[in-house]
Amino acid sequence: MTKESFSIRGVEFKNRVLVASGTFGYGDEVKHLVNVNELGGICTKSLSWKPRDGNPPRRIVETPSGMLNSIGLANIGVHAFIQEKLPYLKTLNTAIIANIAASSIQEYCDVLTLLEQQEGIAGYEINVSCPNVTEGGLNFGTNCDMTRQITARLRPLTQKPLIMKLTPNVTHISEFAKAVEEAGADAISVINTLIGMAVDIQARKPKLSTVTGGLSGPAIKPIALAKVYEVAQVVKIPIIGIGGIMTAEDAVEFLLVGASAVQVGTANFIDPGTGVKVAKGLRAFAEGQGLSDVGQLVRAMESNVQFSVIQSWL
Amino acid sequence: MNQPRAPIIESAAQVLARREVAEGIYRLVLRTSEIALRSAPGQFVNIRCGESCLPLLRRPFSISRVEEDSIELLFNVIGHGTRMMSSKQPGDTLDVLGPLGTPFGIAGNYEKAILVGGGLGIAPFPFLTDFLMKEKKEILTLIGARTARQLTEQYLRNVRVATDDGSKGMKGTVVDLLKTLVDGVKLNRVKVFGCGPTPMLKALSAFASASGIDCELSLEGDMACGMGICQGCPDERTEGKKKYALVCTDGPTFNIKDIILR
Repeated sequence: MTKESFSIRGVEFKNRVLVASGTFGYGDEVKHLVNVNELGGICTKSLSWKPRDGNPPRRIVETPSGMLNSIGLANIGVHAFIQEKLPYLKTLNTAIIANIAASSIQEYCDVLTLLEQQEGIAGYEINVSCPNVTEGGLNFGTNCDMTRQITARLRPLTQKPLIMKLTPNVTHISEFAKAVEEAGADAISVINTLIGMAVDIQARKPKLSTVTGGLSGPAIKPIALAKVYEVAQVVKIPIIGIGGIMTAEDAVEFLLVGASAVQVGTANFIDPGTGVKVAKGLRAFAEGQGLSDVGQLVRAMESNVQFSVIQSWL
Repeated sequence: MNQPRAPIIESAAQVLARREVAEGIYRLVLRTSEIALRSAPGQFVNIRCGESCLPLLRRPFSISRVEEDSIELLFNVIGHGTRMMSSKQPGDTLDVLGPLGTPFGIAGNYEKAILVGGGLGIAPFPFLTDFLMKEKKEILTLIGARTARQLTEQYLRNVRVATDDGSKGMKGTVVDLLKTLVDGVKLNRVKVFGCGPTPMLKALSAFASASGIDCELSLEGDMACGMGICQGCPDERTEGKKKYALVCTDGPTFNIKDIILR
């Protein structure tokens, strides 16, 4: 039997495939379609202190092998989450990672503190990287000192895994990764969406109501791989690779370049069962390679190349 | 709005037939007993047009008709996805997710149902017609099209037509046609069901609310998942705690009292 599980700060994940925040709701929407207990974990839709309506339409545009979204962190708020969604999530046999988004450091702290008083949450993923909100979001995520401060302020509030989700919309993501590692983060999720846009040429208007949005899907996978690789050069804490994963083979690539685990995102919109399929495929791949542990794939890329653009400035 | 919904099913549906029923308009018959059995008029399915990443997302289609173990779709070729759909042959299989969304509200005290469709907005009407007939409602169907060549009246009852070019029926819009016909009808006994492009729905909605006619619309929205996960298809509510309804789960059918069309 090839070992599939891994752990972050003592919390065990049954396999290395989670579903990404905002692409799996609160788990209950798809319970008839997917055996969610076969996932390594579920990252919830981002939670803020108060409910958020989100952005006006249009919020979604399909692009070649990808999609742009500008949801604007529409969510029911942490109080309704605790009342209405957590009771169901608690019954699941998979790790529940509460994803938190906020427009101030205090709000991050308040949401996390309230969730700390609840049972059933395995850890936290901190969204400092949403490109679609005016306050918080990228203002935090593109400011290295702010990202460090948020991590440092949250660290003493919990003994559970604290995972920082970083944006690729910066020059050197590895600087941010180093900062959050130093500030006490247990893991790093890499990457959130890339800023992109699409234009209606007849109307001569942007297709999204907010002009720009976040690009996701297979189109961004090569970029995500390079970002994970870059981050892996400078941190020791686990990296959770995210970006366009559709298949187990995609997940293997992420592990080889430095991810300890992956999240499946956009693929859930097409097939909510993708995460489970990727997890099974990942195990089968490792078995096929004669490995006793899927983890033997992590950082296992062999490269004789002495020089890369990334390494040249690290 | 909160009636219990059948669970969503992912089905490998076999194409039984494909016909071009009017210029660029296709009717596709798919065998999927699980979805056919659980569907109601106004609901939709979300279909993977191919297996590659182009197009990446599923495409939503109204369930046009249900017959025993099969569902029918009516669509025109707009882009890459619908072009792939139009080339499917009997025996091919399609990955179909459904039934999705909230059905039309068919029950009620009205005697006469007026179905108002713009272009391919008629897609959900054959299924709706079957249910209205079971409820013994009188049916009038109004269709608006650009030209007679892009018109199909199959499976519809008591049809009147308006065309932009006057090639068939009245020259003008389908809402103009409605206005000429409702004169003298006792409007409290009428319910209008509308589906079509947004400008037409706005005109219909304005007329219906000015005339005090009960009216439900089936809307389209740009969505990624079709089941409430992506939050991609909001439509503004007229009132209530939440600013937006989702077209995919709260709709696609809405009473005009409940939403604001933009």
